[in-house]
Amino acid sequence: MEKFIQIKDVTFSYVNDYDDPPTKNTVIKGVSLDIDRGEFVAVLGHNGSGKSTLAKLINAINLPESGEVTVDGMNTADEERLYDIRKTVGMVFQNPDNQIVATVVEEDVAFALENIGVEPSEIRRRVDEALKTVGMYSYREHAPHKLSGGQKQRIAIAGILAMKPECIVMDEPTAMLDPIGRREIMSTIKQLNASGVTIVLITHYMDEAAQAGRVVVMDDGRIIADDEPKKVFAQAEKLKAVGLDVPGVTELTHALIKEGVDLPDDIISEDECVERLYNLLKKG
Amino acid sequence: MIKDITIGQYFPGKSVIHRLDPRIKLLLTVIYIVMLFAAGNFASLGVGVAFMIISFLLSGIPIKMMLKSIKPILPIIIFTGFLNLFFISTGDILFEWKFIKITSGGVHTMVFMAARIILLICGTSLLTYTTSPITLTDAIERILSPLRIIKFPAHEIAMMMTIALRFIPTLIEETDKIMAAQKARGADMESGNLIRRAKALIPILIPLFVSAFRRAEELALAMECRCYRGGDGRTRLKQLKTEARDYIAIAITAAFLAAVIALNIILK
Repeated sequence: MEKFIQIKDVTFSYVNDYDDPPTKNTVIKGVSLDIDRGEFVAVLGHNGSGKSTLAKLINAINLPESGEVTVDGMNTADEERLYDIRKTVGMVFQNPDNQIVATVVEEDVAFALENIGVEPSEIRRRVDEALKTVGMYSYREHAPHKLSGGQKQRIAIAGILAMKPECIVMDEPTAMLDPIGRREIMSTIKQLNASGVTIVLITHYMDEAAQAGRVVVMDDGRIIADDEPKKVFAQAEKLKAVGLDVPGVTELTHALIKEGVDLPDDIISEDECVERLYNLLKKG
Repeated sequence: MIKDITIGQYFPGKSVIHRLDPRIKLLLTVIYIVMLFAAGNFASLGVGVAFMIISFLLSGIPIKMMLKSIKPILPIIIFTGFLNLFFISTGDILFEWKFIKITSGGVHTMVFMAARIILLICGTSLLTYTTSPITLTDAIERILSPLRIIKFPAHEIAMMMTIALRFIPTLIEETDKIMAAQKARGADMESGNLIRRAKALIPILIPLFVSAFRRAEELALAMECRCYRGGDGRTRLKQLKTEARDYIAIAITAAFLAAVIALNIILK
């Protein structure tokens, strides 16, 4: 059976023509990854690991140098299907300020629909729906620059959501937000995923990755781990070797296990950790 | 706070003037300007004044705002006034001293020109006071769109104006941050002569430009992700509709224009 998003043995390099001779910087080195409909995948990696480049390969902003990427059976190299691919896979970027085009919230959310040529009455309906989904409906006539970072990012998500994409790729959507903004975005993401939208979340926050259904770890253009969060974070040593931290809870349990405390090594949520420790202390 | 500055000089409201179709409003402003230049005597200029006062009262804009819009052009009015006063030598001589000669014709022209400039400014200010920049841009795009057949980039121009309006507050905020950062590093921007102060702006402008280019690149990417491909086949969320009040406004304005022309002919 064909997978929803298929990345097959892809390499990608940035070529710098200004150098003489032109230099080539290969950032994706033979990556294969399949993503199913409805999945919530977090892609982890430190700066320069190629995770953002990988994200841009999915909706045809970057085209693979070798190998191929298909979205719902459409090859991203096929120029005729370009807009169909971008309608299927929406993308949200790090800086909300640089994604908002219009000076009124609802006009910005309508931007993609106006581009695709949707009927005005249908635009109205979908804009309202998208704004309600992200909880920004009451701000529809506000000017975006007066909103908080988290609110702006939710507007950016609504702008993508209005296209009714089947998948949303988010490239570090919370990196520029304060803790409240981050929480807002994470709950929006989970709510979207619950309603059936496939989510690919590029991040370097471990606690965000821990909330995903599947974690892919990248280092130096390659995938070094791909499993459910519990199993990935259990390999603390491996993650630390590539410059990543494990979530605080995992770190704590691993330290305790080393000291001989009887705990499983795959705890990733604070609640679970508290419960286990509580039970241990009660027994002892 | 620097965040709170208003872009343009839009004064939100729900008056009849505010609710006119922006395309019609632009058209009416043009007719009004024609009216002012067609007026050849004080009686016909008086019609222009009446038109201005009526639309001003309908708009509900405070008189203070209107006076504020005239203030910056006062020097120009005074300057052209003096030129007219001293260099026009038609009519009776009212005052003569050495080479200075003031004539009734000069006084007449001075008052007439000053009144015309003030009316001009009031009229165009009323347009920007009652129309938000984004609506105005929209109207300009739609008025110019027939020119697309001769490859005139109407959509592109409107898009550029929209993005410029959108990024003004963002860039102002950024300038503020860069200035604070440079001051924290000991940059002195307040003292010294003009050249020194201009030089002190360089460490602010360079980071600002670099960041503006980075923003431009990211915005372009985000727009592409949202299937932007120029103006062809694009629909709009908000449709502009001409309603009964728009036609009434056109009729009234046309009547005023006719009155101006009639008075010109009668009182020749």
